[in-house]
Amino acid sequence: MHPVIDVQGAVKQYGVGDAAIFALDGVDLQIKQGEYVAIMGPSGSGKSTLMNIMGALDNMTSGKYFLDGIEIDSLGEDALALVRGRKIGFIFQSFNLIPRTTALANVELPLAYQGIKGKERRERALAALKVVGLSERVNHEPTQLSGGQQQRVAVARALCTRPALLLADEPTGALDSKSTHDLLDLFDQINAAGRTVVLITHEDDVASRAKRVVRMRDGKIISDVLNKRASV
Amino acid sequence: MSIFEIIRFAIRGLNSNKLRTTLTTLGIAIGVSSVIILLAVGNGSSKAVQAGIEKLGTNTITIQSNRGGFGGGRASASRAASSKPLTVGDAVALSSPINAPDIKQAAPVASASVACAVGTNSSTPGTFNGTWPSWFEASNTSIATGTYFTNDDVTEGRRVAVIGSTVATDLFPGSNPVGQVMRCGGIPFTIIGTTEKKGSNGFQDGDSLVVAPLTAVQRSLTGYNNLQSIVVQAKSAKVQDLAQTEINTIMDSQHKIKNTNNRDYRTLNQASLLQTTSSSNSVFTVLLGMVAAISLLVGGIGITNIMLVTVIERTREIGIRKAIGAPKRAIMTQFLIEATILSLVGGVIGVIGGFAGSHFKIVGVQPIIIPASVFLAFGVSILIGVFFGGYPASRAASLRPIEALRYE
Ligand SMILES: Nc1ncnc2c1ncn2[C@@H]1O[C@H](COP(=O)(O)OP(=O)(O)O)[C@@H](O)[C@H]1O
Ligand SMILES: [Mg+2]
Repeated sequence: MHPVIDVQGAVKQYGVGDAAIFALDGVDLQIKQGEYVAIMGPSGSGKSTLMNIMGALDNMTSGKYFLDGIEIDSLGEDALALVRGRKIGFIFQSFNLIPRTTALANVELPLAYQGIKGKERRERALAALKVVGLSERVNHEPTQLSGGQQQRVAVARALCTRPALLLADEPTGALDSKSTHDLLDLFDQINAAGRTVVLITHEDDVASRAKRVVRMRDGKIISDVLNKRASV
Repeated sequence: MSIFEIIRFAIRGLNSNKLRTTLTTLGIAIGVSSVIILLAVGNGSSKAVQAGIEKLGTNTITIQSNRGGFGGGRASASRAASSKPLTVGDAVALSSPINAPDIKQAAPVASASVACAVGTNSSTPGTFNGTWPSWFEASNTSIATGTYFTNDDVTEGRRVAVIGSTVATDLFPGSNPVGQVMRCGGIPFTIIGTTEKKGSNGFQDGDSLVVAPLTAVQRSLTGYNNLQSIVVQAKSAKVQDLAQTEINTIMDSQHKIKNTNNRDYRTLNQASLLQTTSSSNSVFTVLLGMVAAISLLVGGIGITNIMLVTVIERTREIGIRKAIGAPKRAIMTQFLIEATILSLVGGVIGVIGGFAGSHFKIVGVQPIIIPASVFLAFGVSILIGVFFGGYPASRAASLRPIEALRYE
């Protein structure tokens, strides 16, 4: 079976000539169905750049990226929208909820763009909000929610489309330790249900939850190991 | 994703930022209504001047001699070598119901240029006419107090006169002029009536007027054989052209004109006077239109500004929507619908405001709405709104999600 994620020789260059920065400098990474991977590394090492490429949010300067066997670079606008909507759930450090819009409407949004209507859409969104423990807050707007609650809305939004792949860029970066703990429990659950989870983190205890840790520096992968916990 | 869903998204988008929605709508509404009102004011003042001219005489054609000596016509005096003056006989011929079926009546006019005085008060009437009673109707002049003079007064050559309000207040401040005597050019005239106020037509004071029987004026002031003009009234405005033809036929035969390019008389009608004034008024309207266009432009820049200020926020939002799988088409449609709703609502409010505002007199002018201005103002503001609301959104929708999310 082919890997869910297959990045080959990814290069991302910003600027040209002397000012050129290689945010990614030849990255190869394969992630199989059902893996739980933490990406670590110092600030500026290219973690977010890699994550955005894997989420089909950004393109690369050279290299190849296959998601579920599909070469992403070859897709047009409409096909890309489909991939983003159905295959990937993306979670940002800064939540990126639509402002002045209720939690429920935010979670319903990706379903709406997939053409799922009325009752089914509502039920799926409510179910996702229940999974993240926000059934009591479905009609709150982002400004009426705490950071941890907003991030859980974002997780519900990523989950409700039942994507095979959950990508999270420092999802706990803006959260306190209690919220961090709750969120990581959630990720464990999601992974236990068979979904592939990839998250970026600075914190060792966050990374320790993952089954595999990839370390980056200066746009390159410098280590890629299985966690002790995974081998237990 | 269905179009109704997208429309619901657009309405939700407008609802979720009420201040921005209100400001944008207001900007468009003000632009639209100010254009409509400004043009209505221009149009209203031009209509008011036209109505003033119409008051001075409708369906009237004035025949003047081309012999020179009286107001212009000198250039053609040499050409019309064998020219004859206008005569009372001409006026009689023009009154013939057989030869001139479309002419209601004709009145010969002898004009004097004299000052009138009562005691120490004096007045120099802009118009001092000796004429027939039919002149009053032909020139649309009605009596306010007293009476007209009669055909009998003309036959007898009685020295009676009807005066306009300007002359009346000059000579008889604070008292009733009817029954009193004034001296014009040294000749005493008994005042038997005053005319209704006509106002000014923009060129002359219609109330600086003395009208007396033709015979009396000719005998004592102008002499015979010296008619200034003949005032002809057509039966209606519709037959004015026919009346004009009849005048030419009769006058050509009266004056034995062989070459119609070389007549010893000329005709003026109100229609051509109206044309001249309305063309000068259209200059005024064009100027106002330019002011309106500038206000539309300023309003448009305001709309543009509000739309662009929100682009940063909206661009991030577009980035989020794309990241969770929104197709470019759905995003563009939503933002276009938002801009269209804003512009339509603002435009409709502006049109209502324009109609409401045009009910009030503005600097003494009753505005009259030009229908085309409504469509113009409405159309232009909607174009501006849709373009500047839709274009940045469509640009943002073409970005990669990560670029839109990072946009500042
Ligand atoms: N839009 C951009 N323009 C220029 N340089 C960028 C841009 N985005 C990221 N970079 C650079 O690329 C490198 C990797 O950034 P990033 O992937 O965000 O690192 P991190 O590992 O902290 O997430 C950094 O040096 C950063 O300065
Ligand atoms: Mg980062």
